[in-house]
Amino acid sequence: MAIHIVDRRLNPGSKSLENRQRFLRRAKALVQGAVKKSSQERDIKDVLEGGEVSVPIDGMDEPRFRREGGTRDMVLPGNKKFVEGDMLPRPNQSGGKGRGAGEGDSEDTFRFVLSRDEFVDLFLDDLELPDLAKRKLAEVECEGIRRAGYSTSGSPANISISRTVSRALARRVALRRPRPEELAALEAELEDCSEARRVEVLAEIEALKAKIKRIPFIDPIDIRYRRFETVPKPVAQAVMFCLMDVSGSMTEHMKDLAKRFYMLLYVFLKRRYRHVEIVFIRHTDRAEEVDEQTFFYGPASGGTLVSSALQAMHDIVRTRFRPEDWNIYAAQASDGDNSYADGEVAGRLLTDKILPVSQFFAYLEVGQENGLSYEMPNSALWTLYEGLRANGAPLSMRKVNERSEIFPVFHDLFQRRTQQERTAS
Amino acid sequence: MTATDQLLFQGADWDFRTLQKICDTCEQVACDELGLNVYPNQIEVITAEQMLDAYSSVGMPLFYKHWSFGKHFAFQEASYRKGLMGLAYEIVINSSPCISYLMEENTATMQTLVIAHAAFGHNHFFKNNYLFKQWTDADGILDYLEFAKRYVAHCEDRHGRQAVEHTLDAAHALMSHGIDRYPGKKSLDLRAEEKRAGRRRAHEEAAFNDLWRTVPGGKVKSSAILDVERRRQMLGLPQENLLYFLEKTAPRLRPWQRELLRIVRHIAQYFYPQSQTKVMNEGTATYVHYRIMNRLHQQGRLTDGNFLEFLQSHTNVVFQPEFDDPRYSGFNPYALGFAMMQDIERIVTDPDAEDREWFPDIAGKGDAMAVLRDIWANYRDESFISQFMSPRLMRQFRLFHLHDDPEERAGILVDAIHNERGYRRLRRELARQYDVGFIDPNIEVVDVDLAGDRRLMLRHTVVKGAQLTETDTKRVLQHLADLWSYDVSLVEADAAGTVLKEYVAHPRNLAAAA
Repeated sequence: MAIHIVDRRLNPGSKSLENRQRFLRRAKALVQGAVKKSSQERDIKDVLEGGEVSVPIDGMDEPRFRREGGTRDMVLPGNKKFVEGDMLPRPNQSGGKGRGAGEGDSEDTFRFVLSRDEFVDLFLDDLELPDLAKRKLAEVECEGIRRAGYSTSGSPANISISRTVSRALARRVALRRPRPEELAALEAELEDCSEARRVEVLAEIEALKAKIKRIPFIDPIDIRYRRFETVPKPVAQAVMFCLMDVSGSMTEHMKDLAKRFYMLLYVFLKRRYRHVEIVFIRHTDRAEEVDEQTFFYGPASGGTLVSSALQAMHDIVRTRFRPEDWNIYAAQASDGDNSYADGEVAGRLLTDKILPVSQFFAYLEVGQENGLSYEMPNSALWTLYEGLRANGAPLSMRKVNERSEIFPVFHDLFQRRTQQERTAS
Repeated sequence: MTATDQLLFQGADWDFRTLQKICDTCEQVACDELGLNVYPNQIEVITAEQMLDAYSSVGMPLFYKHWSFGKHFAFQEASYRKGLMGLAYEIVINSSPCISYLMEENTATMQTLVIAHAAFGHNHFFKNNYLFKQWTDADGILDYLEFAKRYVAHCEDRHGRQAVEHTLDAAHALMSHGIDRYPGKKSLDLRAEEKRAGRRRAHEEAAFNDLWRTVPGGKVKSSAILDVERRRQMLGLPQENLLYFLEKTAPRLRPWQRELLRIVRHIAQYFYPQSQTKVMNEGTATYVHYRIMNRLHQQGRLTDGNFLEFLQSHTNVVFQPEFDDPRYSGFNPYALGFAMMQDIERIVTDPDAEDREWFPDIAGKGDAMAVLRDIWANYRDESFISQFMSPRLMRQFRLFHLHDDPEERAGILVDAIHNERGYRRLRRELARQYDVGFIDPNIEVVDVDLAGDRRLMLRHTVVKGAQLTETDTKRVLQHLADLWSYDVSLVEADAAGTVLKEYVAHPRNLAAAA
């Protein structure tokens, strides 16, 4: 009898993937709730790592007819000291009695692991990039070039040698162009042969030479050129500007809030664009571009001039990120302090230079821990930006005091909206 | 020949040549020395992830898509990753050829063990046990699953995923009551089933004429003249196979929904023998691998080291914790089955006076394999235990019987122990634990109110006071009502006919079912 041994290891794995997706789709609301909840408890970095969530089994259960209660008989192994007729006291809340009706399932929550992608997908599922159709920038596409077969005309630089030579070869074979070996063979024969034969061979050589002349090695009709065509290419890269006030009034807590917001924005953009760059600009009364470490942890002191940061951003955009090639996002975090005189400059910079080239500009006002935002008077910057917004500048602004508010605020900013809501907000 | 020439392998590594050699050698021992009769074998080497895949679709190589399998997969994957659960070394499928999945991580010794266990032990049992012969069609199952998968996908395309999912949810809820417990007139031929379904669809499509919809229906016969007896007979009542009843008589199901119920029912039926022969099946396979491995060691084909590795994992497999051990979770079917098989071997070859008194038919017959093969072919767990559990084994396991009556305030009664007075009672009670008649609640369709509101009436016959759990029952009845599309009632009554509880469920959306 033949035994077949099959190596299945190389078969495509994840046969269950579709079932898993069906399950997630079905449990979407539940899983999404769980994801939101668990993301508030963990660090932002960990949010990216996916991980375990637990969802209530309710709604995901598979009911069956089950029984409980009644007289039970059981046979058990391992008797040590019992004899027939013994009465054993019931253990406290013996099984079957203490359970409420219908607790057929031994567990009421269901834990399982989500992959990183699934987690981020679910987490950001109901968010979308602000729709900027009204601004031409979102639709700007650059042209790319791609190969598109061969053509019979073109510039000499584009001659495709391999294609040309192979066509020439085909033509030579088809027209039976004599090969040099044949000619060489005849000429060798000519050296030592009889007189009668000599005349014949000479005639043959002549005929061959004539034919070779008639059929060129490469004919103009063989020549092929590589053809290119231009295709519109969507802009697949984004740059994200992180602007932060690092003057003395910004506490560690505030910076932490800002950092969380930036990271979320980064994750979100990363999902939409193939390539995302980050530019960190910190400012006191003057602004500088720094690396991430310095941005969040480097010491700095001084006054506060918001316009310096805006100017720096504008300069960087002008020199390095052409708005035609880049989607530009900016998020500014500050405690709201700004020198009064700076207001007008900053406002003009923003409305004239920055907003027209940005896809999105968010202002996040971070507050003290335990601070109650509604009790505070509006800060200088907030008042300034609110004024701009009232005049129709496309700015998003939110206030945040607590770590746990970051997610809701972020969510709120990017929530999928209907057209009316969008214009209203 | 030197000793090393005879060795199948050394150390832990294996390749496909080694596997082939192992199979051939095992086959020699199994077929020539033990006299096993098996389906052709197909051995497939898979990864841990593929094993998890197989787990979540009830061990079958192909299955239709449903979210619940995804749920099981997610759950098992989570517990596997946390290290709560080890994976089985193998999965074996009752089909012809008999497919065994081996994990790639297994050592050479483990592969030998697993091949002996699955490809010969389980395989022989599948091919010869009367329940499997009666209820399953090993030749057709893979084709049928393929058909089911295609059919479900096809329904999803035509009727929408939601509708299909809903029907399957309902069918799954009733799966445990979609089984014929008694053999009918016709044996199951899955290939013919598939052809029949295709023919019926083709006919319906060919004969479709929209005009028929406009023909006014004939006068409804006065249902008053149908007396209860005749109606019940026409509907085939009482009927315990709920899925069958719905498939045949639910008034407003569409043809494809009936076909889905049929698919779920057939698959439930296919697994029915497995649930009744857990102890015997595992016992057989364990006994067979134990015999084969010992023989290979005797022949000098396994090194002492590899044999010790085998013994260690064998001992883990047949470990039976005692009732007060935290690890105890009921009888280990491997342990119980293996112990009984070995005990039978002893009774047949080397009986004592007690064995001769208890088992006159087999004691001292001499040919252990002949007796065992006969037992493997003709018994299921319940009859096997009630016939062949010996007093010696009961003493060895130190069995005792507890009787827990909630009415009894004083506590739980020790009703029987492993002594002369208790043997028969112990054996009867233990066998009962494996009796399918007691494992699943006994629920039947008793009547349909054809004259009135078409209510479907079910009855749960309560045994020993165990009633249905309320939440689950309501949910299942909801599914049932959705399929039936009229009200469904379930009455729980004890043997004397006293009604203990009554449930009523209303269909959720008549329009969707119509």
